[in-house]
Amino acid sequence: MDELTPRDSEYGLEKAAAESAPILDQSAGSFFKQLLGFWVTFAAQFRKVNTVQYPEEKEATAERFHGRHQLNRHPDGLEKCIGCELCAWACPADAIYVEGGDNTPDEQYSPGERYGKVYQINYLRCVFCGLCIEACPTRALTMTNEYELADDSRRKLIFEKEDLLAPLRQGMLMPPHPMYPDSTDTTYYKGEVPGSHPSQEPTTNV
Amino acid sequence: MSTEITSDVEMITVVIDGFDVTVPKGTLVIRAAEKLGIQIPRFCDHPLLSPAGACRQCLVDIEINGRAFPKPQASCTIPVENGMIVKTQLTSEVADKAQKGIMELLLINHPLDCPVCDKGGECPLQNQAMSNGRESTRYEGVKRTYEKPTAISSQVLLDRERCVLCARCTRFSEEIAGDPFITLNERGALQQVGIYEKDPFLSYFSGNTVQICPVGALTGASYRFRSRPFDLVSTPSACEHCASGCAMRTDVRRGKTLRRLAGEDAEVNEEWNCDKGRWAFKYISSKERVASPMVRGADGELHEASWPEALAAAAAGLKGKRAGVLVGGRSTIEDSYAYAKFARVALGTNDIDFRARLHSDEEAAFLASIATRINVSYRDLDKADHVVLIDFEPEDESPIIFLRLYKQVRKRSLTITTIAPLASRGSEKLGATVLSDLSKVSGLTEKSVILVGERAAETMGRFTAVSTLAKSSGAKLAWVPRRAGEVGALIAGAIGNLLPGGRPVGDASARVDIQSAWGVESLPTKAGKATWEILEATTDGRINAVVVGGVDPLDVSAEALGQLLDTETFVLSLEISHSAITAIADVVLPVAAVSEKSGSFINWEGRPRFFEKAIADSLTRSDTRILSALADEMGTPINLPSAKAVAKELQAIGKWDGAAASAPDVSPISLPVPDAAHATLHSWRQLLDLGTLQAGEENLAGTARPAQVVISKSRAEALGVGEGDAVTVSTARGSITAPAHIGAIDDSAVWLPRNSNGSQCIANLGAASGLVVKVAKA
Repeated sequence: MDELTPRDSEYGLEKAAAESAPILDQSAGSFFKQLLGFWVTFAAQFRKVNTVQYPEEKEATAERFHGRHQLNRHPDGLEKCIGCELCAWACPADAIYVEGGDNTPDEQYSPGERYGKVYQINYLRCVFCGLCIEACPTRALTMTNEYELADDSRRKLIFEKEDLLAPLRQGMLMPPHPMYPDSTDTTYYKGEVPGSHPSQEPTTNV
Repeated sequence: MSTEITSDVEMITVVIDGFDVTVPKGTLVIRAAEKLGIQIPRFCDHPLLSPAGACRQCLVDIEINGRAFPKPQASCTIPVENGMIVKTQLTSEVADKAQKGIMELLLINHPLDCPVCDKGGECPLQNQAMSNGRESTRYEGVKRTYEKPTAISSQVLLDRERCVLCARCTRFSEEIAGDPFITLNERGALQQVGIYEKDPFLSYFSGNTVQICPVGALTGASYRFRSRPFDLVSTPSACEHCASGCAMRTDVRRGKTLRRLAGEDAEVNEEWNCDKGRWAFKYISSKERVASPMVRGADGELHEASWPEALAAAAAGLKGKRAGVLVGGRSTIEDSYAYAKFARVALGTNDIDFRARLHSDEEAAFLASIATRINVSYRDLDKADHVVLIDFEPEDESPIIFLRLYKQVRKRSLTITTIAPLASRGSEKLGATVLSDLSKVSGLTEKSVILVGERAAETMGRFTAVSTLAKSSGAKLAWVPRRAGEVGALIAGAIGNLLPGGRPVGDASARVDIQSAWGVESLPTKAGKATWEILEATTDGRINAVVVGGVDPLDVSAEALGQLLDTETFVLSLEISHSAITAIADVVLPVAAVSEKSGSFINWEGRPRFFEKAIADSLTRSDTRILSALADEMGTPINLPSAKAVAKELQAIGKWDGAAASAPDVSPISLPVPDAAHATLHSWRQLLDLGTLQAGEENLAGTARPAQVVISKSRAEALGVGEGDAVTVSTARGSITAPAHIGAIDDSAVWLPRNSNGSQCIANLGAASGLVVKVAKA
């Protein structure tokens, strides 16, 4: 110890050093004392295991876990996204890119005039803060609990609209298709559209 | 609002929110408050439109000499008075409450569909609802709804739900553009903006209504749902379409131009521009763009090549040849200068001409005489006592001049005389006296302005007569070409008889100036050929190589392309997009469009209009850069690596201070008088037509004026046709059939649009003016 090295006492560590000093008990009973030390290890075998055998075993996340985004659909399958870019505006990481598009009578993707033509989320940038979800005026964008977002290239981590769109559930039709008969965008937002109507189904040319 | 400081105006001091402010008599309260930096919310108020007091958002408390108005007053309609004390929303609770009340009423029927509205993010209603509105709505009723949107023209969409009835659009159309096609219909809660069903909103200036709409009621069809303001990178720019020289703003998202707006320049375009300048920019992203240099191979086909290969091929093709240079009228002054220097230094010739249109030697002489004296400005138009338009239709050929003239016509009934074959719609709006002959013009003073258009070259002796008239009357004379680059090209010396700065080629001391500036030992002394002579010379081998900038051969003559095609002439094309010239060229070099480079245009006033590169990461190169590289390859460097280098050189060279060339002296020739079945053809290009730079913008093309054959009443009777009946105009080459319009035109004349859909005079008839054509009922 040279003069310049601070002593343990100067840090208030003298006591701690004394406590952690090795036990130098050479008596016959010390063998059992040492076995006693393994009791914790032994007892742990019978405790509940916390380790999960991921990826063979997967556990559910917390209910409100911020995972991959999803673009939701109305009950008839039309997209809720109107391409307003408010999510992109809210995003602190500049991870979202949106281009709006014009719904036409022949190609209707969402109720009303406007739909999201291009929708990309860059998961290399996303910080899963959820501000985009708060900004969304139509509840089109929500987050799922999916967390497995690792991949081996940049390209694959920029999710396109088709990667983000919710799957078609029962009663939903794949857009583009016309709006529910006698409905307006307001009817859709109020949740008054029950599901798809036969008139919305594509006419197939046989 | 005039920015001119005149001392004889009475100044008035008023107190606004406890601060004194002194403003000229007649200033509105809202503007006096602005001077103090006090922002009163407003929608209908616009400094360039007459006060309307339509939206009531700008209510303030006013007291004059101790007598207060019983209720808050609209500050956008009340001029300041002595002893006035104004309390805005900042100091008066009454005013603040009144403004919040108005905002609440405006929002009652507003759909609040900001997420789908194009204006969202740059909307005065959105902003002022935040700054001067209530926190939350109290309205629980059902909002008034309309069908949305309705198209009031192919390029302007109206969403009546969003409208706050400020009447900015209707006032603009009536007061500024003179096209009152749009109006407020109905009254009360049902009041709405509408169009006359019989008269579609075919205004050349309709885009301005979109820009000044304070809500998202009027939106442009081409920009609909494209972007949000925070996505856009805005660059101040200049318009490349005509010689008016509008200041512009170019908005780019990820390397793609999404919209262009009128910039503010009180001296030039005020805050307006025309629809062509606003919407015709799709040519930049056209699929027809030349993507890489191309060289014609042994198989006769063009093949993509690397830059070094293409430059080597171009240099080999030009070296030792007798070359001519056709610049085209759309170059920046920097690029024109590069062409001018390239022709003289690398090609050793004065055979260069920027005029890719009908032109004459008389015009070249006229241009030489005015090249150093381009000094008339928009301000002179404002102050003029009489404006004479010669072979010039401002509404079609330089729309901002039209707006400036129309403003003076409305304000003080400015006298306008036009030398034209017929009264066009523009002339009618200006209340112009239409004369067929220049010699009938009288009453010109030193305050008068003569504006002569490029079409004067189509009448022999016209430029001579114009020069004489300007000299004898003392009136100011300005030349207004149609294309943006022509004045700059003239100053840069991209014409056979002038060197840069307006120096006559024939003058030895002028040549010495340029020789020393360029560091060359000699310059060609013989005045160069005009465009038509260059083309003709290619047929007999007097010229065996041409460098072609942005030129459409059909603008020059019906034979121009054939003249280049049939011979062994080496053709080097510097082009933006594939064209008739690139199809026959031996080497094609792709050049940058205006938004991809920096530079400047010179407008008709001689005012430089600088612009910066709007698309920052564009890899295309300017003509200047390419010509400089080519000159290096040829071993005769012109040392112009960038537009900046050109600007420096041009400044160092300066204007010619010697004697200007004398005005032309050409006597008019008498044209054959057609018989009853024939007529003399007249035409000009309409603002919106089949021009190359308007390609790809269908919404804009939808508002182009349809082609019409204008005939006189007596001819219509003789032919037995009525308004709208089809009439065929034909020559030996071909014919044009279009609906007839019976107008105030000379009995011996017929008028057609020069390059519109269904009427392309040079392509269809082989000529554009002066020709005797057959007119018959179709």
